[in-house]
Amino acid sequence: MNVKLSLKVNGKAVEADVDPRTLLVQFLRDHLHLTGTHVGCDTGQCGACTIHLNGRAVKSCNLLAVQAQGAEVTTIEGLAAPNGDMHPMQAAFKECHGLQCGFCTPGMVMSATALLKDNPKPTEEQIRAGLDGNFCRCTGYHNIVKAVQTCAGGR
Amino acid sequence: MYAFQYHRPASLGEAATLLGKLGDGKALAGGQTLVAAMKLRLAQPSDLVDLGGIAELAGIQADGDALVIGALTRHADVAASADVRKRIPALAHLAGGIGDRQVRAAGTLGGSIANNDPAADYPAGVLGLGASVVTSQRSLGADEFFKGLYETALKPGELIKSVSFPVPKRAGYAKFANPASRFALIGVFVSQAASGAVRVAVTGAGNGVFRSAELEKALTASFTPDAAGAVKVPAGSCNGDLHASAEYRAHLVSVMAKRAVAAALG
Ligand SMILES: Cc1cc2nc3c(=O)[nH]c(=O)nc-3n(C[C@H](O)[C@H](O)[C@H](O)COP(=O)(O)OP(=O)(O)OC[C@H]3O[C@@H](n4cnc5c(N)ncnc54)[C@H](O)[C@@H]3O)c2cc1C
Ligand code: FES
Ligand code: FES
Repeated sequence: MNVKLSLKVNGKAVEADVDPRTLLVQFLRDHLHLTGTHVGCDTGQCGACTIHLNGRAVKSCNLLAVQAQGAEVTTIEGLAAPNGDMHPMQAAFKECHGLQCGFCTPGMVMSATALLKDNPKPTEEQIRAGLDGNFCRCTGYHNIVKAVQTCAGGR
Repeated sequence: MYAFQYHRPASLGEAATLLGKLGDGKALAGGQTLVAAMKLRLAQPSDLVDLGGIAELAGIQADGDALVIGALTRHADVAASADVRKRIPALAHLAGGIGDRQVRAAGTLGGSIANNDPAADYPAGVLGLGASVVTSQRSLGADEFFKGLYETALKPGELIKSVSFPVPKRAGYAKFANPASRFALIGVFVSQAASGAVRVAVTGAGNGVFRSAELEKALTASFTPDAAGAVKVPAGSCNGDLHASAEYRAHLVSVMAKRAVAAALG
């Protein structure tokens, strides 16, 4: 039996009728066509599917859509300003060359923004530990850490 | 994932009643273990009873000489709680070291101990502090709650409501984490109660969390890192697998116990 789901996604109210088996990431990508959220491993390991659920970074491949009942969800599409200006974290990733293929980047940016919310001035070690739920196969992490430092430094 | 019926009750009583009458129903908390198992078709519940809408299950309260933590409290909330950090800092440290940021934002105390993974962190904290598990039916001491590999004393349909942690004089937790999953290769939780009684719980070593009589004896005589480090744990009490041999795990138990005592002494 389907379940009536009502939540907010990137500030907009969304109502849907879903099979309870639907994963949150399937709901976002296949139902709402928000394909910025990626699926890397589909087993809760890599963090490519990271989104914000009520302001906290979670892996959307490891949750059912119905677990977001009444929640506020933000995806990578919801970070930039309405006029298209990049979020400071996105701008910092661009400036610091914090991405290569870009596959991990949406999840990485969502985790990084959550990290700075909890700890606005992290040390390098805290950044590395704070992003350990996100894998990157290209960059070696170095420029990702730099991007987070740049964003935290307000440059 | 196999199909199931979904329920979202508003109270613990309603959830327990539902689970009591549904054939093969399961409770859903953070979903970090259960959703993954269902995706792999390793779990096939006929019904899911989502505890996510039950407000009374989440939160942290001081109750005299204990801290009572609701079953649905997320790892991140325990790690960040001013009360927990002040009164049982070792428990806040334990919660803050589970998995990664995303797992801690979703996973819950109740889900972790109900699942009783042999390498999970919370079982060590619950057993090492001698906490009580309050369920929809009764209150269970930690020593009777954990029953070995993924098994607990919970009866079908019985739900965890909260865990009551007695505030110790001092406590510490040290884990040698599997570098990929962060589960414990070995984790040791030590505590010393106001009465002086010492408890030592080991996770990651065998078929489920257990207390170490050797370490408790040594630390009762002398609550020092050296006393813990001097205890040689028999390899026979540990499992070997692709991550570590039994001998290596046994060695890690002494080392983690030593670090946990050092952390407890601040
Ligand atoms: C990538 C990753 C890394 C992880 N690393 C660690 C780690 O380092 N250390 C660690 O300890 N854990 C780790 N975990 C597990 C994590 O802590 C989970 O949160 C935990 O195992 C289950 O909690 P949950 O709330 O998600 O429960 P769920 O997955 O929702 O449920 C788990 C089980 O508990 C039952 N249950 C849930 N709540 C109750 C209740 N109130 N009463 C009775 N039964 C209940 C469910 O029916 C189910 O059988 C990791 C998980 C992932 C995905
Ligand atoms: S796709 Fe969700 S964690 Fe990898
Ligand atoms: S930029 Fe390619 S995986 Fe991170």
